[in-house]
Amino acid sequence: MILVCDLLFIIVTTKKLDSKFKKKMLKIKQLNKSYPIGKSSLHVLKGIDLSIKHGEMVAIMGSSGSGKSTLLNIIGMLDEADSGDFILDGLPIKNLNEKKSAVYRNKFLGFIFQSFNLINYKNALENVALPLYYQGMKRKERQEKAMYYLEKVGLADWAEHLPRELSGGQNQRVAIARALAAQPKLLLADEPTGALDTKTSYEIMEFLQQLNDEGRTIIIVTHEEDIAKMTKRIVRLRDGIIIEDQVMNQVRVAEYV
Amino acid sequence: MFDIDTWREIFQSISKNKTRSVLSGFTVAFAIFLFAVLFGMANGLKNTFKEQFGDRVVNAIHVYPWRTSKAYKGFQAGRHIQLKNEDVAFLKNEFGDKIEYLVAKVYQSAKASFGNNKNNYSLTAVTPDFQHLEQNILMEGRYINQKDLQDKTKVIVIGRLVKEDLFVNIPPLGKYVNLNGIQYKVVGVFRDEDGDRAERSIAMPITTSQQLYGNTTNIGGLSLTYNKNMDYDEAIAFSNTLKTKLKKHLSIAPSDQNGIYVSNFADSLKEINQMTFALSALIFVIGFGTLIAGIVGISNIMIFIVKERTKEIGIRKALGAQPNSIVSIILIESILITTIAGYVGLIAGIGLLELAKPTLAIYHLKDPSVSFSLVLSATITLILSGAIAGYLPVKKASRIKPIVALKND
Repeated sequence: MILVCDLLFIIVTTKKLDSKFKKKMLKIKQLNKSYPIGKSSLHVLKGIDLSIKHGEMVAIMGSSGSGKSTLLNIIGMLDEADSGDFILDGLPIKNLNEKKSAVYRNKFLGFIFQSFNLINYKNALENVALPLYYQGMKRKERQEKAMYYLEKVGLADWAEHLPRELSGGQNQRVAIARALAAQPKLLLADEPTGALDTKTSYEIMEFLQQLNDEGRTIIIVTHEEDIAKMTKRIVRLRDGIIIEDQVMNQVRVAEYV
Repeated sequence: MFDIDTWREIFQSISKNKTRSVLSGFTVAFAIFLFAVLFGMANGLKNTFKEQFGDRVVNAIHVYPWRTSKAYKGFQAGRHIQLKNEDVAFLKNEFGDKIEYLVAKVYQSAKASFGNNKNNYSLTAVTPDFQHLEQNILMEGRYINQKDLQDKTKVIVIGRLVKEDLFVNIPPLGKYVNLNGIQYKVVGVFRDEDGDRAERSIAMPITTSQQLYGNTTNIGGLSLTYNKNMDYDEAIAFSNTLKTKLKKHLSIAPSDQNGIYVSNFADSLKEINQMTFALSALIFVIGFGTLIAGIVGISNIMIFIVKERTKEIGIRKALGAQPNSIVSIILIESILITTIAGYVGLIAGIGLLELAKPTLAIYHLKDPSVSFSLVLSATITLILSGAIAGYLPVKKASRIKPIVALKND
């Protein structure tokens, strides 16, 4: 009897896993976005098609004005497209109001910013716990979980320190722990190494690679070629269209250094 | 929304951003402090004013006879004018509809004794309306009445301090007091809020006095109150007419400044009222000026705070904060700070007034206090205006796109 039960359980879980891997994490179809400038308008995204599977690590590259930031804003639900479909993990993202997008952002997305964007009067632990606060988690649970992720980024000993008492690399790791804490489906990093020196940049990238190895889907916006090469796929944008989408062999930071 | 975590967030934000908290708190505390102190001082000035004029009946006219200074109708200059009972009747006849109370008085001083206790008091022979004119308040017994006047009874009504001096603990009603060698029966005791002097006096029926001292109809002076509905100008005109008619009646030259004095309180009352009005206006302006300065101050700070926190708002939004939670966290924080600061300012202001009371009394500021509810409503006004002034920018900031807020450095 127990055996049958176990067997059934295994079958069910594998099926679940199967369907999960078949589904796309992100599917974008014919995405258009333009901004009004005076009487005319600037067409920033001109029909973007992009799909990203679970467990991918993608770099979005392009010079400034290529539309990469706009694309990231739309994926991050910070902005809305004029037309086209955007499906996140099977969920169509459309007609979002402020409340709904706040809930989705909290549940689905983890942000990593160039300038870390930690709250300066909160210590590392409190910063990591903040998204959990907005999930309505109890204080004790929140702190345990935040501590867990701080340990994961190797900063357990710095939990009580304020952002100004930490180095740039440490701050970015706190920010990564914060992004992870809410257990998002998708990590969005906007120039995560932009404010860091090369050595620290590589450390951060190595860490992001580790997270990807664990199965997390990561999108990194960057204009640095070497950083982009540390991902598994590079999507190049120019003038609002994708000019190149190449899957490549990832450069492991561990080998590189 | 108001769970313990929200409060924890708020308290942390307050304690970790001391400059900001102190700044906004100080503005409110100082505004309320100034409001209380200025209002209190102005009230002190008003109290002094009030005290100066006491509970004197303000619609009163007093008439005193004197020597004439001009010859008229065969009378020589320097004639001593004597008022008599018939003059009272004349006035009643002429101005009956405009007069409220009319009292004839004879003043003298009396050596009073009861048992072994002796003292000197002013003794005024009066008619019953005198009680209303002087605003004497009966504590025991009755006042002089019409029957006393008719029967010329030897009764007196004594002031509170006369009772204390002469009787100490003995109930005075029905007892006999010796005044200048004549026994009078005490029928009543009164008190007067005008002060000690008024309570060290004795009143008796005027008819008794006239009979006992020479069996005359002589009167020492007249007091009357006029219809309260008259305004100042009417009152002044009334007293002028009264003086003219009385002069004619008593055969005093119309141009004679002496002979008879008519003092009308309306003259000075007009000025006093204008001054009280100016004072009230001043208090109003001070109060509202301080309040408006406070409102402008706290509004500016709220706008500044929201601006300063724009990036934090962006971070919180990116992490999944609802716009409402951002609005409430910032507003509750500001309301909390302004409430505490307002209370501190209120206590400091009222406390200072209390402390400075004896000193200010020297500078003619009597009892400089301000009503607690007034300062409280000023504080609440300030708190609310801070919240309202903060609400619009916070609302706007809570709707800002996180990415825009994050770029705000």
